[in-house]
Amino acid sequence: MTRWTDLQTSLAKTGYIASDDLATALHIATTLGRPLLLEGAAGVGKTEVARALALVYDTQLIRLQCYEGLDASQAIYEWNYQRQLLSIRASAEAGETGSAVEARIFSEDYLLERPLLKAIRQAIPPVLLIDEIDRADEEFEAYLLEVLSEFQITIPELGTITATTRPLVILTANGTRDLSDALRRRCIYAHVDYPDRQTELAILASRCPEIEAQLGAQIVGFVQKLRAEELEKVPGVAEMLDFAAALAGLGIKDLTTDPVILQAALATLLKTQSDRAAIPTEVAARIAGKAA
Amino acid sequence: MSKVTRFAAADPGPAARISGFIAHLRENGFRLGVAETETALHALSCVNPIVPADARLALKSVCAGSVEEITQFDLLFDAFWMTEGRVRQKVMPSATKSPQQNANTARTDDTQSNAGKGSIHAPEDGDDGNETYADGTGKLVASKANNLMKKDLRELVSAEDIRAAELVAIRLGKALRDCRSRRRKAAKRGTLIDLRRTMRHSLSTGGEPLRLAKRKRPDRPLKIVALCDVSGSMMNYARPFLAFLAGLMRADNASDAYLFHTRLVRITNALRDDDPIRALNRITLLADGFGGGSKIGANLQQFAGSYARNFVDGRSVVIILSDGYDSDTPEVMTAALAKLKRRGCKIVWLNPLKGWKGYEPVARGMAAALPHLDAFAPAATLADLANLEQTLAQL
Repeated sequence: MTRWTDLQTSLAKTGYIASDDLATALHIATTLGRPLLLEGAAGVGKTEVARALALVYDTQLIRLQCYEGLDASQAIYEWNYQRQLLSIRASAEAGETGSAVEARIFSEDYLLERPLLKAIRQAIPPVLLIDEIDRADEEFEAYLLEVLSEFQITIPELGTITATTRPLVILTANGTRDLSDALRRRCIYAHVDYPDRQTELAILASRCPEIEAQLGAQIVGFVQKLRAEELEKVPGVAEMLDFAAALAGLGIKDLTTDPVILQAALATLLKTQSDRAAIPTEVAARIAGKAA
Repeated sequence: MSKVTRFAAADPGPAARISGFIAHLRENGFRLGVAETETALHALSCVNPIVPADARLALKSVCAGSVEEITQFDLLFDAFWMTEGRVRQKVMPSATKSPQQNANTARTDDTQSNAGKGSIHAPEDGDDGNETYADGTGKLVASKANNLMKKDLRELVSAEDIRAAELVAIRLGKALRDCRSRRRKAAKRGTLIDLRRTMRHSLSTGGEPLRLAKRKRPDRPLKIVALCDVSGSMMNYARPFLAFLAGLMRADNASDAYLFHTRLVRITNALRDDDPIRALNRITLLADGFGGGSKIGANLQQFAGSYARNFVDGRSVVIILSDGYDSDTPEVMTAALAKLKRRGCKIVWLNPLKGWKGYEPVARGMAAALPHLDAFAPAATLADLANLEQTLAQL
């Protein structure tokens, strides 16, 4: 029996530091073959989980980005109409019979696989990431439920395609709308939060190893303090890494030395006008001083 | 579902213990079915169930389904497995409440036995405890040390109230319903032909447009977001307002509801419970500190900074039900409302005191709020709320 801590360790090797909650949920979801629903604010690394998991299991990552109006032809499959038409034209000249043409143009060759269909037809179980499921319409959510419980897709012209392997499904949501109870019930659930200081230090160390420990501690302290401020858009982990990369690029060794450069680097953390206004140079310098 | 939660130690075998735990969660408002019990057992087999921390994480990932439930889960887990819950002796059903009142609820028995007690919460430690604990027939309720002031909502609101309020809420919802959007969107059924999609479909039929794709003007209803003040000064009005919130949630799927006193609690999910009485039960569990002080400004600030980001947009109407007696400074209120307003929503303040003769909005909080409001109206009873139709239709 593999333990969830093993998964946590192998995730860490790929550069993803998972909390205990998340690692257990991932372990259970993969062992039971259930979809995993991840919720949390933007920028806490929900999507990144799928990438890391694909690396751990050394398998393909198939991603379906949801949006309002996403429909079956974008999510499941579509016939390659242009190719079919060309084929019909060509066969008309060659004098092929109707039924032969039909059999040919409704075969696998003319099928365009979209993420869901692709995911259930892989030889090695892939990681299927259904990103921002709350952006898709409720009808699509209902359809997705069916696919996730049966793992089969019916194409009228071809028949039912059953999954060769079961993909590891990861759904992410950040609260654009409430998800249905049915979907929540079918999934293993984990809530991803902003990491605590220790975790964030570990993330920074594994992603930007070139940054020295002292500056790293300053960066993490600064970002954590910044999150406590009244901001419209709270900086996530990705922003923190950008900030660190920016400082490294500017050749800064200490946050407190040059407030002007610090303010310039804040462009990577504060993404709205009012947030920029809320943290003027003096405030940024003060926070940096406290964090150091 | 067993009505009485039994103690973990009294159950033979893990399966019975887990089903006892699931029943305990269910009792406390979690929506879990038989399938979840099975999943929970499977999940335990994936970890080392002898380590409490592992078992907690595993069960949490299966049983909890939202952020609110995750916080609740830890308390309930401790209550059940760590015997930190309190034990309450069985209460005989009393005849003080008419049976019809609960006739249409699935849990009549339970409600009555609780009604006899006046509070669904355990009495303070001391008078019960060890003896019942040993029998293993008591009932567990997750408890926190600071829940000194709790009111049972079911004493305040009856099922009839909710039904009446539902009608009011439906009417208000209709009044708010925006006319349709000017945009046209692809739809299954519609009045206009979607040429682009029709042509795209026609490719699959050799250029013959056999399937006509349609477009229509989608409905863009206004969403109601209701924030209800349940601080001490508002207790007299809690009855119509809570019934209104419950009715609103049941009438309109897009609406959203919150309670605040010193803290802000989202009660949307709890109120959507199929059983109106159980819904109120769940809120009582959520809203400890009911009838306490009021921090309107701070709560609105918190709302604007958290939930509003996801649930309030240009098509929302934020209804605040409060008397405006705020223990915070008026600046906090002004800042909060301005922030909320920037999301493009309409803000309606319903004040029960406004109906009084000679009322002037002089409470500092109220005065600070006025410039930001789209409508300021009296509302003390359900009838008042029903009369709001006109006001809201003009928004």
